[in-house]
Amino acid sequence: MKEYTFIGKDVVRIDGREKISGAAIYGDDIDFGASLLHAELVSSTEAHAIIINIDISEALKVPGVYKIFTGKDFPYKFGLYMKDRYIFAQDKVRFVGEQIAAVVARTPGAAKRAAALVKVEYEPLPAVLDQMEALADGATLLHPDLENYPHVPWFFPKPKTNIAHWRKTRKGNLEAGFAQADFILEDTYTVPRYAHCAIETHVAIGKFDYSGRLTVWSSSQSPHTQRHLFAEALGLGHKDVRVIAPHVGGGFGGKAGVTMEIIPAALATKLKGYAVKLRYNREQEFINTYQRLGVVAKLKMGVTKEGKITALDHKIYWDAGAYVEYGANVVNAVGLSAIGPYRIDNVSIDSICIYTNLPPGGAYRGFGYSEMLFGLESHVTRVANELGIDQIAFRRVNAIMAGDTTAYGAKMNPNGLIECIDKVSKAINWGKKPVSNDPNKVIGQGFSLFWKAPAMPPNASSSAFLKFNEDASINLIISGMDIGQGYQTVMAQIAAEILSVPPSKIRVETPDTDRNPYEWQTVASHITWSSGNAVKKAAIDAREQILDLVERVYNLPFDELYLEDEAVKCYTDSKFLLPLKSFVVDGIMTKDGTFKGGPINARGMFMPEFSSANGDPETSQGGHPNVHYTVGAAALNLEIDKETGKMRVLKAALAIDAGKALNPNLVRGQITGGLLQGLATVLYEDMRYDDKGKLLNPNFTDYKIPTAMDVPDEIIPIIVEVAQPDGPFGARGIGEHTMLPAAPMVANAVEDALGIRIKSMPVTAEKVAMAVLAKDKK
Amino acid sequence: MKEITFNLNSEERTVMVDANEILLDVLREKLGVKSPKCGCERGDCGACTVLLDGKAVRSCLVLAIEVEGHNVFTVEGISADKLSALQDAFIQFNSFQCGYCAPGIILAVTELLEKHPHPSLEEIKESIAGNLCRCTGYTPIFDAIMALTKEEGK
Repeated sequence: MKEYTFIGKDVVRIDGREKISGAAIYGDDIDFGASLLHAELVSSTEAHAIIINIDISEALKVPGVYKIFTGKDFPYKFGLYMKDRYIFAQDKVRFVGEQIAAVVARTPGAAKRAAALVKVEYEPLPAVLDQMEALADGATLLHPDLENYPHVPWFFPKPKTNIAHWRKTRKGNLEAGFAQADFILEDTYTVPRYAHCAIETHVAIGKFDYSGRLTVWSSSQSPHTQRHLFAEALGLGHKDVRVIAPHVGGGFGGKAGVTMEIIPAALATKLKGYAVKLRYNREQEFINTYQRLGVVAKLKMGVTKEGKITALDHKIYWDAGAYVEYGANVVNAVGLSAIGPYRIDNVSIDSICIYTNLPPGGAYRGFGYSEMLFGLESHVTRVANELGIDQIAFRRVNAIMAGDTTAYGAKMNPNGLIECIDKVSKAINWGKKPVSNDPNKVIGQGFSLFWKAPAMPPNASSSAFLKFNEDASINLIISGMDIGQGYQTVMAQIAAEILSVPPSKIRVETPDTDRNPYEWQTVASHITWSSGNAVKKAAIDAREQILDLVERVYNLPFDELYLEDEAVKCYTDSKFLLPLKSFVVDGIMTKDGTFKGGPINARGMFMPEFSSANGDPETSQGGHPNVHYTVGAAALNLEIDKETGKMRVLKAALAIDAGKALNPNLVRGQITGGLLQGLATVLYEDMRYDDKGKLLNPNFTDYKIPTAMDVPDEIIPIIVEVAQPDGPFGARGIGEHTMLPAAPMVANAVEDALGIRIKSMPVTAEKVAMAVLAKDKK
Repeated sequence: MKEITFNLNSEERTVMVDANEILLDVLREKLGVKSPKCGCERGDCGACTVLLDGKAVRSCLVLAIEVEGHNVFTVEGISADKLSALQDAFIQFNSFQCGYCAPGIILAVTELLEKHPHPSLEEIKESIAGNLCRCTGYTPIFDAIMALTKEEGK
């Protein structure tokens, strides 16, 4: 076992001091002085309507109002994987809350007052608020023009329907698989929409200076992707668009891609010389940013009586919202992976992306896998129970191993799934659940596996620049975003390990697309792996430059030189010690007074050259769309009050195979934080829409996210390490995964405790109490 | 508009405010104090927390005009000379991730520790029950406070 100096250590966050002292600057903290204008949106009150007229005459009279813009000022489409979305609604609105116009004023107050005076006349159209309704024959078409939308080649829209994309995965022979089965279970599970609820709402400021150069400051996970989409949509050259990312107060996928940021970017191009800010209030954050897609999942699983899964038919119908430029990839990702971490020879997956007159669905931590695993892991537990086989033993026997084929025919990577299962089983004391002293309470045990692969295009790449300063401190110039996960610290640890400079002497800042080299996006739990590889290469490049120079000047063989404690040392000459700070900028002075070398500036780049999206459109076979999977297992002890249905997590254990935990403390941080976010979706969060498509609870009073009082009594984080061969020091990503098992293991625990199976989320106290009542009546 | 004077982070400050301006906006837009953050505009999330005469309050629900003659403290006031022992503990324990809720929580806990230097876990949870954190799951925040207050003699 290799012993490292900085890798695998609980290094203190390098951005900790900044955030805890109050120094950290977030988007709304930046001062722009007297040239700052404020934008306020006018939003649709209809779920589906033609815009007949927009009357801005009264609004223009409000003192302080500068200009008012509508869709006709920006007739451009944009989108990440498909171009189906507009900067402002054009002829139609497609969800309650869609932006129709923007008032730009000298003060926020004036902008608000004027926005309220803009009068919009609508001709309502039938609204489709349910994905199954949207599929029905004769359903109103939300995008009659669908066949003309540009999209990535691995999306398959169905023109003249509300189906924006249909991912089909077919492996083996489904009929034969079911014929082999001794027992078949078929059922339907539903999962509603969810909100990210980052504590910082979306904010962006656009400035188009007098030279025609656009700068956008945005709270974003994706500065380079934003720059690209702005340049394309607004017809600007990339060198003339600059995106500067301040600190981000939470992302969770909601600040990936481009949503509201394009509004101030576009407005700025018509407000030359001014900066214009758009900051969402909490209500707008709920209503008009990406939401997690809703799901209706139909599962049919066949098993032999010995407990081997022979066939799986998994049909997933996604409520993807009014625009699916990002959400369609959620559908795609799950369409490739909806077998879960199991070895199944005969598979059919249909993952269908359906337009509805609800807010756009998009990236949310887990990227569809939480929704999918709720149904799948509930179903697996039921199947095992029906067979009379312990549900952990059942999972163990069917668990996917390294080398097994995935649903789309690629080979599964090395993974510690069995180790995760066994360690969780032990930590939760599976089979020996505690008994409550309170006669009104019962305790159930629930278990769930999970897995996820990064969902990315095959050319999602990372780059890194690295430079030394005179005192041998380092600037690591990279474009991933630290959205809280600790990215900056972990990248510093990688450079530190190679160059022997401690992380506390390495500065990593949030990026500026002018200065920092390309990074696709900070999503998909992939940047520890991808950006980490780029940083490692840059550090190795620096190391080679340093050792080459020392070899050249001192005639010591390269292979005998090494770095330790910020100095160059020699295995064969213990007296040789050359401090980095003496030459990493200045060069090395030689006997004749000349200097050799100079500033050490290094670079690295990582592209997953083995990845491809060339799968067969009818079967998804072929291609290598997923770079690797991260796997894990989790279990909990859940106490339920039989009368009120109120549930309390007494103890939860979660094991994840991180490949190599570069910073175990930060991995544990993701386990705790992710687990609580997952538990919140199943126990507390509950989005309610009325029958006109309006969100009824867009605030923290009525949409409940956990407080300090809601933390489980005990959380046991377990880190398993089966190296990812192409990861930096063996690492792979874990950030999203820790949320995934929460919902199914709660549903499984409820069944264990009460014999009641709840097949829809959230599993609230109300639902449990009503189910208990109904059961008692029988 | 009215001119008000109050003590902000140990300094006398004078500023013009409208009757309907909230303290959060005046601190951030007129007095250059950016650590209290806006999260929800209605007192649900605690990101705007400041200490008003030593008590943690929601500056989004306090009218600026109400603090005339009073004492207001924000994280800038605590970090001025050197970081507090509490802040050092939060750094050592990696208690925060995105950091957006940190100023509010630091102030709420600062108030708690003034009154209860050796709080129980329950008391800690109660003191920050009004500060929403979406990233951490709260546990590393508790851990830092428990370790700090244990060190100090319990």
